[in-house]
Amino acid sequence: MSEPIVKIQHVDKYFGENHVIKDLNLEIEEGEFLTLLGPSGCGKTTILRMVAGFEDATNGIIEVQGERVEDKEAYERDVNTVFQSYALFPHMTVYDNIAYGLVVKKVPKDEIKERVKEMLELVQLMGFEGRRPDAMSGGQKQRVAIARALINNPKVLLLDEPLGALDLQLRKQMQIELKRLQQKLNITFVYVTHDQEEAMTMSDRIAVMKDGIIEHLATPREIYAKPRTKFVASFIGESNIFSGHVTEIEDGIATVETKFGKGRMPAEDFKVGDVAHLCIRPEVLQYSKEPVDGFSISGQVKNMIFVGSVHRTLIGMDEEYDARINRVKYDTAYNEGDTLYLHWEMEDVTGIHGQEDEIDA
Amino acid sequence: MEAVNQTTGTRLSKRLRRQRAGRIWGNIFAIAVFTFIYIPIAMMVLFSFNDQRTNYYWNGFTFEWYKYLFTESDLWGYLVVSLIVAVASVILSLAVGVLGAMGLMRFEFKLKKLISNSLYIPIVIPEVVLGISLLMLFEVAHFPLGYWSMILAHTTFCIPFVVIIMRGRMAGMDMSVEEASMDLGANRITTFFKITLPMLVPGILSSAFMSFTLSIDDVIITNFVTGPYATTLPIKILSMVKVGLKPEVNAMTTVMVVVLILGILANSVVQAMLKKRASANKKTYF
Repeated sequence: MSEPIVKIQHVDKYFGENHVIKDLNLEIEEGEFLTLLGPSGCGKTTILRMVAGFEDATNGIIEVQGERVEDKEAYERDVNTVFQSYALFPHMTVYDNIAYGLVVKKVPKDEIKERVKEMLELVQLMGFEGRRPDAMSGGQKQRVAIARALINNPKVLLLDEPLGALDLQLRKQMQIELKRLQQKLNITFVYVTHDQEEAMTMSDRIAVMKDGIIEHLATPREIYAKPRTKFVASFIGESNIFSGHVTEIEDGIATVETKFGKGRMPAEDFKVGDVAHLCIRPEVLQYSKEPVDGFSISGQVKNMIFVGSVHRTLIGMDEEYDARINRVKYDTAYNEGDTLYLHWEMEDVTGIHGQEDEIDA
Repeated sequence: MEAVNQTTGTRLSKRLRRQRAGRIWGNIFAIAVFTFIYIPIAMMVLFSFNDQRTNYYWNGFTFEWYKYLFTESDLWGYLVVSLIVAVASVILSLAVGVLGAMGLMRFEFKLKKLISNSLYIPIVIPEVVLGISLLMLFEVAHFPLGYWSMILAHTTFCIPFVVIIMRGRMAGMDMSVEEASMDLGANRITTFFKITLPMLVPGILSSAFMSFTLSIDDVIITNFVTGPYATTLPIKILSMVKVGLKPEVNAMTTVMVVVLILGILANSVVQAMLKKRASANKKTYF
């Protein structure tokens, strides 16, 4: 594998007393679509702004193309940004907006003209060059913002929740367009979002972040199938999580005693006494009216909801926690108030190592 | 209407009548307001053609006062003083006020709230108080009264208005465009001149007009800090009232009103032309 195009090593960032990025390490490969995913306040935008040069790392090293950039100004870095608010220049036409990067670099006029034309074709905005941003829709403005950044042939394009202000329909369409653009141009995209579905749709790899730490960095498939932490499991897609201690290991199968009853999982590297989170997706969580061998987790059917693509059954485990079962077909075999026993196949459960204090959380 | 609408006719016509009455009263009110505002100005213009030394009764038509104004009158010198003071204090208050507004908008610092709130003090404080305190300050500092004392005084009361106008404008602006500019390769200076300044121009213009207007017709504060060698037009006219205003002043102010009206007309013509050109901007890029 070639040298990573962006290399972040041991980066810390404090805002006053606030430790927002904690000893962060991240290597971004050339040409990949990497998404920083996490709830608001997790530090994902701060990372982007540190790479762009709008924010200084408190300590640590940031390299772009093997060159350290911590002391370089934003205008000296070979990266470009697409802002959440678009940040188009309101007093300039679309043409002048897109041409800006080349104009300040004193590129000859004829070349600018040609490149702007190329960009307008790329983002399908031919004919809009004379308009001003306030006479355009959100989707069109977003395209201008993308064209304005791409015209500089950046090594890395940083996108800070670029689709946040668009409606769902347009968002989905732009997601596909952005992915197509990235593959066509073969530019490294670093994309920030809090929308896990968006991240799944577009990314080659996703870095799931929480409180200034990358909890899991992997392909969307891996993250969905084998989340590394309890947070990742609950943040990406829907999950049923039962937490407890490993009480017994036999033939590679571990038994976990949770407060709702017993469950099983492949033992892997777990030892007796370890804290384990059993993570099962709602579509593969199984149920029966009688307990199944090795399982004793049970609850009352609380609610049956039709959510469009699936029928969802909520099973009340206790006052606070509901397990979810998603099925394409409606099952008439049980009714609200029935007691159901939950179980699952060994291939459908992910065992996640945890801390003592996470058991009741 | 009544004929058309048999059943609801009476009610409808009642409403219509009420509407019509409302319209008539509205017009009368509007005319009254405009009359009230413009009659004094019309009187002033009229009496500038009065063949009389005093302003109290009409004696006949003459151009005499205009002739006097453009040949012998010393009022022009006072107008020049007024203009110098106004232009200088506009420039100074813009320089301080625009930067001040930027600082208050962008940075967090101790006493920010205090500074922010204390901006309103020069606006709400009675002008007499501000005038006296400025005079005291100049006396204590042995600062000579003249052009500079007036300019500094006017700058003092213009700054808060500039800051407040600019802050309002900036609050509605997305300042991430500056980051975008730097991201695209422009350094800070280029960014300021290509992005920040053009975006601030409308605010700067309205601040400038506001300050100019405040400065050019200020009497109370100027009265305290004016010197023996330089006095503004309003102060001069005020002092002339004591010995009786000559229609020369009417002629002067009439000239000013005419210039103003021409200016306003020119402005709207230019604005309309610019708008037309912008909308008909068929500039072909390719």
